[in-house]
Parts: sequence; structure tokens; C-alpha cells
Amino acid sequence: MGSESAPMRHLIRLLAAFTAGAVVVLARLVTAVRAEWRECEPSLRPRVYFANHASHGDFALLWTVLPACLRTRTRPVAAADYWLQGPLRRFLIRQVFGAVLIDRRRDVSRVDPIDLMARALDDGASLMFFPEGTRNRTCAPLLPFKSGLYRLVRARPAVECVPVWIDNLNRVLPKGEWLPVPLLCTATFGAPITVQPAESQAAFLERARRALLDLRARTHLDARGAET
Amino acid sequence: MNAAPGLSGLIATVTSVLIVATVIGRVLAVRSASKTGNSTIQNLNARIDAWWIMVTFGGLALAFGKFGVIVLFAVLSFAALREFITLTRVRPEDHWALLTAFFVAVPLQYYLIAIEWYGLYSILIPVYAFAVMPMISVLRAEPKAFLERTAEAQWGLMIAVYCLSYVAALATLPIAGYEGRGVLLIGYLLLISQASDVLQYVWGKLLGRTPIAPTLSPAKTVEGCVLGIASAVALGTVFSWLTPFEPWQAAVLTLVTTTLGFMGGLVMSAIKRDRGVKDWGSVIPGHGGLLDRLDSLVFGAPVFFHMTRYWWAG
Repeated sequence: MGSESAPMRHLIRLLAAFTAGAVVVLARLVTAVRAEWRECEPSLRPRVYFANHASHGDFALLWTVLPACLRTRTRPVAAADYWLQGPLRRFLIRQVFGAVLIDRRRDVSRVDPIDLMARALDDGASLMFFPEGTRNRTCAPLLPFKSGLYRLVRARPAVECVPVWIDNLNRVLPKGEWLPVPLLCTATFGAPITVQPAESQAAFLERARRALLDLRARTHLDARGAET
Repeated sequence: MNAAPGLSGLIATVTSVLIVATVIGRVLAVRSASKTGNSTIQNLNARIDAWWIMVTFGGLALAFGKFGVIVLFAVLSFAALREFITLTRVRPEDHWALLTAFFVAVPLQYYLIAIEWYGLYSILIPVYAFAVMPMISVLRAEPKAFLERTAEAQWGLMIAVYCLSYVAALATLPIAGYEGRGVLLIGYLLLISQASDVLQYVWGKLLGRTPIAPTLSPAKTVEGCVLGIASAVALGTVFSWLTPFEPWQAAVLTLVTTTLGFMGGLVMSAIKRDRGVKDWGSVIPGHGGLLDRLDSLVFGAPVFFHMTRYWWAG
């Protein structure tokens, strides 16, 4: 994009704003999603919200529960190879969500993805980050984390990482289904963590993972149902 | 729209009570603010504020007559079913059975009420949904916890859709000499059941000593329950002018309906305790979920409907 005329750009922006509103209304209608800010308050400072990733709807849900003033400055980190396929996905991810797009094929990518994310933080944006690196299609609550989160906080060590547990969305839209069944969802925000000066990659990622699992233990309607 | 005669009197009365409650709540808040922030009073004011919204929606629906009430309760059933199913053990294999419940059973039940097909809406969920939902689930060939999953989903439909839909169905009862005033019967049922809840809460806070079911619902007391139901019966008798009932008949119907309402509240509490949650949801500030407000109607509404139908619309 970028080659469009001025009226066309206005039209696209209008359409994006309308779609953004529709996403919020739809997410609320289906899931009545509620934010629980535990041990963490909404803030305008650039932050990294890191969450579990079980469904494509995770972006939309997390984005919906953020206060409107934070929503416009919070950018999801998304995989370019998936989201740039087809005009609809491209429109959603670029114009509506304003994502930082990452090329997961490290060998062919020319720009360092960590550098892209760090620059977005420098510009005052917050990031939505899914440290599992891919959607969790297993029965385990959380996949092992990829190194990305650690490399990002090493690049910007002062940034606060806020764990967010998104609960129930995998039941709303189990894998392989296309029609959502309406169920209540919550997004629980836990205490922010920052990387320690001498902390190793394994130690930091384990701490971050533990923070998410702790939130799950407190919000998930226990581990019966789908996992027993 | 042709609002039923008498509706304005009901709405004016409820609004006056709310104004008084709002003033009392705010005075209590100002007086307690000097000491420490009192969470009971904060919650009381949140509840009163939410009542304004609920009364506005209810009043508007009643003013629009039968169809207003049907639309309102169809939406409430949908949202209440969402709360109920969230707490069940259904699995991904039940996805299409649940989609059927939400997107077929709910609209169909209320459509049948709208066309006043009593013979079918009174058995749609207990007979047809009962058979169809497990048939859809079983296509995925997953036997694990099959009976629990099926039973819980069916319970959700019975509570959130079947039982609640009887409130809307009241507007369709043909009662001689009461034509065009069916929605008033709904206003009356909502008034006595919700007033009973509020009065049980108020009496319980003022005089409650003896827990009635500490393992199910720690806040409920014998004093609150007895005095609350007794005051609701008095209220139901005074407001019998809304209904086709004689005052003594209204008293009996109110006693039965609010006692069932109390028991409904206990049953729904037992489910919540087992699932380890305090409220069904959080859509109504101060109250919790929709089911926390509607639990006193789930058993009361069908019985109130059938008593009225049997003795007055026969």
C-alpha cells in the first residue's frame, strides 16, 4: 500500500475505524469479555503485554478489553507469513490492528524483528506479544516460550512486561470450528515483570511463563473440562 | 404503541421507590465516607444504580407490549445461557450441539411463544432439544463424560431458556375480562419476585442472625427469608389491582411464587458453590451476572404461568 490517492487513503482509514468498532462490538456480543486488572493498572507508558495464544481471536479480545485510549497505541506483534495472505487479512492486520509484522523465516528476512519491535516501543507504542510463537493447538495450557520475548527485553531492558491470561477463548472457537459458541471470556492482567541485569534467557522466560500460569491457576474455572 | 392501562401506575410506583432508595443510598454513602469506605454501602449503591437500568429496560419492553417482552426475554435467555454454559464441563465435541442451543433453540422457543403455539413451546426443550442435542454431540464419537456434558447442557437450556421464557409467555394468556393487559401480569410477576429478593436482602442485612443454608449461600438468613417473603406477599396483595386475581388469590400466588423463587436461588447457589464462583457473571454492576438476578424467576415463572393458565385462562 502507500501508492493510493488521498481520498482513497481517507476511505481506507474510515473503513478501518468502522471495522475496529465492529470487532469490539462483536467480541463483546459473543464473549462479554471482561478485563481484570489485578496487580496492574492501565498505563500510557509503552509496555509489552504478553499472553497465551490459543486462537486467532486473541488479538481482538485483548484489544477489546484495553481502554480506548490505550487501544490506539497498542500494536500486536503478528506473523507476516500468515497475515499478509489475502487482502482481508492484510487490511485487518495493517489498517485495523496496526500490527508490527514479523517475518518468522529468519534466514530470508532482511530486517531484525527484535529491532522492529524495539523501535515501535521507542515510538511510544505498547506491544501485544504471544511468546509461544504460534497458536497453541495442544491440550497443554501453555507451550514453551520462544526466545523472542527475552531478546526484546534485552534490547529494551527498562520495559515492563505485563502477563495477560486470556481465558476461555479456546472453548468459544475450538480448533477446526468456524462458528463461535457464545461463552464468557476474561483477560486477567498480572503484576508487571522486568528483566534483571544478569538474568539468563532460560531464567527470564521461566519467570514469565510461571507468571502466566499463576494467573491461569487463579482465573481458569479449574482444570476440569477439556483437559481432564 | 398502546401501553396497557395500569402500566403507568406500576412504573410510577417503582420509579418512586427507586428515587427513595437512591436518596437513602447516597445519604448512607456520605455519612459513612467520614469513617472508612464501607463496601456494603458501595455495593448497595451499585445495586441501586443497576436497578435504574434494569427498570428502564423492563419498562420499555412492557410499554412495547407482547413483542417488547418477547424480544427482551429472548435476549436475556441468550445471555443467561451463555453464563450457564460457561460453567459447564462441555467439550469441543459438543460445539455443534451448543450452537444449536444458542442459535436454534433460543429463537425457536420465543418464536413459538410469539405465535402462541402452547402445545409446542411447552415441550420444545424438554422433549425435542433433549433428544436432538445429544444426537448432535454423539456424532463426534467422544464418550468421555458424555452424560455429564449432555445433562449440563440440557439443564442450561431448561433454566436459561425454557423456564425464563414462561415470563414472556404470560403475555399470551387469554384471560376473560383482562384482554390487552397481559403484560401487566409480567410486570406483576417481575415486581413480586424481584421485590422478594430485595426485601430478603434488606431484612437480612437489618435483622439477619441465623444462617439458613451456610454451605450454599452464606448471606441468606432465616429472618431475611421469612420477613422478605412475608413482605413480598403483602406487596403482592396490595398490587392485586394489576392482575385478574382477587387480593387473597394474589396473596396465595405470591406466596407460592416467592417461595419457589427462594428455592430457585438456593439451587442456583449450589451450582455456583460447586463450580467455585461467587457470581454467574459480571454484566450487572453490584449484582453479578444476569442469572444472579433471574435465579428467583426460574422455578417461580413456569408455576406462576401454569397456576394462572389453569384457573384463569382455562
